[in-house]
Amino acid sequence: MISRKNKKKQENNPFYDPSLKRRHSSAKRFKKFTLTSLIFSIAFLAFFLFDIIGKGIPAFNITYVKVEVNYSEAAVKDYRKAVDRKYRNIISRAWLRELPLIIKDNPSLLNTKKTQWVLADDQVDQYIKGHHYRLKRKDRALIDDMKAHDLVELKFNSIFFTQGDSKTPEYAGLYSAMVGSILTLIITMLVAFPIGVMTAIYLEEFADDNKFTRFIEVNINNLAAIPSILFGLLGLAIFINLFGMPRSSPLVGGLTLALMTLPIIIVSSRAALRAVPDSIRQAGYGLGLTKIEVTRDHVLPLAFPGVLTGSIIGLAQAMGETAPLIIIGMIAFIPDAPGMVTDAATVMPAQLFTWAGMPEKMYIEKTAAGIMVLLSVLISLNALAIYLRKKFEVKW
Amino acid sequence: MSTFESKNKKTQVYEQLIKLALITASVIAILTTFGILFSILFEAIEFFQMRSFWYFITGTEWSPGVTGSKFGAVPIFAGTFVITIIALLVAIPIGLGSAVYMSEYASPRLRDYLKPILEVLAGIPTVVYGFFAAITVAPFIVKAAAVFGLEATFNSALASGVVMGIMIIPVISSLSDDVIRSVPDSQRKAAYGLGMTHGEVIKNIVLPSAMPGIISASLLGLSKALGETMIVVMAAGLRPNISWNPLEDMTTVTVTIVNSLVGDFEFNSPETLSAFALGLVLFVVTLILNMISLSLIRKFKEKYKVNTL
Repeated sequence: MISRKNKKKQENNPFYDPSLKRRHSSAKRFKKFTLTSLIFSIAFLAFFLFDIIGKGIPAFNITYVKVEVNYSEAAVKDYRKAVDRKYRNIISRAWLRELPLIIKDNPSLLNTKKTQWVLADDQVDQYIKGHHYRLKRKDRALIDDMKAHDLVELKFNSIFFTQGDSKTPEYAGLYSAMVGSILTLIITMLVAFPIGVMTAIYLEEFADDNKFTRFIEVNINNLAAIPSILFGLLGLAIFINLFGMPRSSPLVGGLTLALMTLPIIIVSSRAALRAVPDSIRQAGYGLGLTKIEVTRDHVLPLAFPGVLTGSIIGLAQAMGETAPLIIIGMIAFIPDAPGMVTDAATVMPAQLFTWAGMPEKMYIEKTAAGIMVLLSVLISLNALAIYLRKKFEVKW
Repeated sequence: MSTFESKNKKTQVYEQLIKLALITASVIAILTTFGILFSILFEAIEFFQMRSFWYFITGTEWSPGVTGSKFGAVPIFAGTFVITIIALLVAIPIGLGSAVYMSEYASPRLRDYLKPILEVLAGIPTVVYGFFAAITVAPFIVKAAAVFGLEATFNSALASGVVMGIMIIPVISSLSDDVIRSVPDSQRKAAYGLGMTHGEVIKNIVLPSAMPGIISASLLGLSKALGETMIVVMAAGLRPNISWNPLEDMTTVTVTIVNSLVGDFEFNSPETLSAFALGLVLFVVTLILNMISLSLIRKFKEKYKVNTL
């Protein structure tokens, strides 16, 4: 900086540029602008995580009320008769609906009475958590009274992890979507991993630089840039309409996602193969190995950590993908977890999409909690990829 | 490179088979591209046999599902255009600014921390951005607009545009960062030697040199914004609307595709097939953008002889 003392000196300096001060401050402004934009990105990320976690945390607990349950004959016929009339509005209907089944599985319960913790209705839950609620005055008074007698409690929401989707928000869980995601991703990786790695081996180790090879490369580059929703149109037109595969199934979803994941696996595998030094190959040839032997026994094992890292990143990306799966119908209402890859199923992000569009307020916190689960899985996968890369990285 | 073949006949056959399998796998990438193109093209042709192509690209009324339904896609293109412009207005300055800071100002250690943070933004699933746009950003915009005496809808183009812009920041910053760093250092040193300030070196020397790469990154961002689905499905409107007002609701190509396919129409009805016509437009536009982007990067690489991009 130019101090006042030096100012006179500078005016006598033949090299002194009077615009220098302006130029320096302009340079400073520019630096400030770039820093601000970076800070904006990071601040957004922080605010976003803060917002989602703030909305999602309450969903990990859910309200239970302690009432007397009457396991009577009448309750088997009409589940609503299992509890006193005054409690009917504050108890989860979905929970009561399970009662006849519980009695059927466990006949010794019949004709007994038990005071136990029972899942509360979603509006009661929202009231207890201090969110927006809709309760009749009578029911609110009842809850306030029960709360004063310690008959209302927030407990860990295990339903969220053990149940499928439900039309009653307090009984809706992520379980069937998780199973759907796992089945879909198994199909995806079974298809994309071998094809991707084989393509990479062909392009890196075997292919000559000719028109055919360049055409494949152009296609892979384009595939990576095609909007994901168009892969959904492909799945709909080819897998479902042409091949007649079952709609909404993990099979179709997995195949569609596999085609999307392919370019990611190919590009990262090629980079890993390219990083293996040529001396390894030359040494193999020198010992009389054929090209396939060199690739299979020496180049591929050395490149494998890199291949694996790329595949995990591809897997993480496929896991968060929603748009193509909506097109092939994986947003159906699925209360039960799919048992087979041909059953109708939904996946985690598609389940979150469905919940986000529901009118009941409780689905908002469920969606945010689901996002927390999804993001934790994605972050773990990426951390695993980074760990593998660090652990097995070989500097040649 | 010279090849070595075994004298053993059995091994030779086996190796030929493996090579054949490898080639087959590589062809799948080609098949997929053509699969997408033809599956969309055939259904789109079927649509244009039922409805006029000319009205599709110039008509201003989109009213499926009613008697006398009309399929003029101009309002849908207009909505896509407005939301995409908003997204790019957010993403290009911020993405480029971040890239310049990371490549020119930050120390290598700081950069090692900053880059993964920006990449987290790229790893967040779009459905999560959509939820954030619909639940947090859109109500905020309504409230903020009310302060200025303006009226905004809960599915305003601004909400989805801004969130989409944030989603694209890493696309632009990551590629621009690589490009800026591969501008040869001799250029910077020569500029310093002429007495330029750091800011002038970046603005007058480095950025113009990196411009093909920056344009390429922006085109990739543009193509990503055009094809983005979840954010607009969750936060933008369904109403075909030609307007410049970002506080109004408008719809996009991707939203219309999703809505025509999850509806209860028969597969061979023009309502469903219109999704493929829109898909064809999306495919062609993103393909062209991607081609231009790739050729710009290739030219940049040839000019500065870098292989790391």
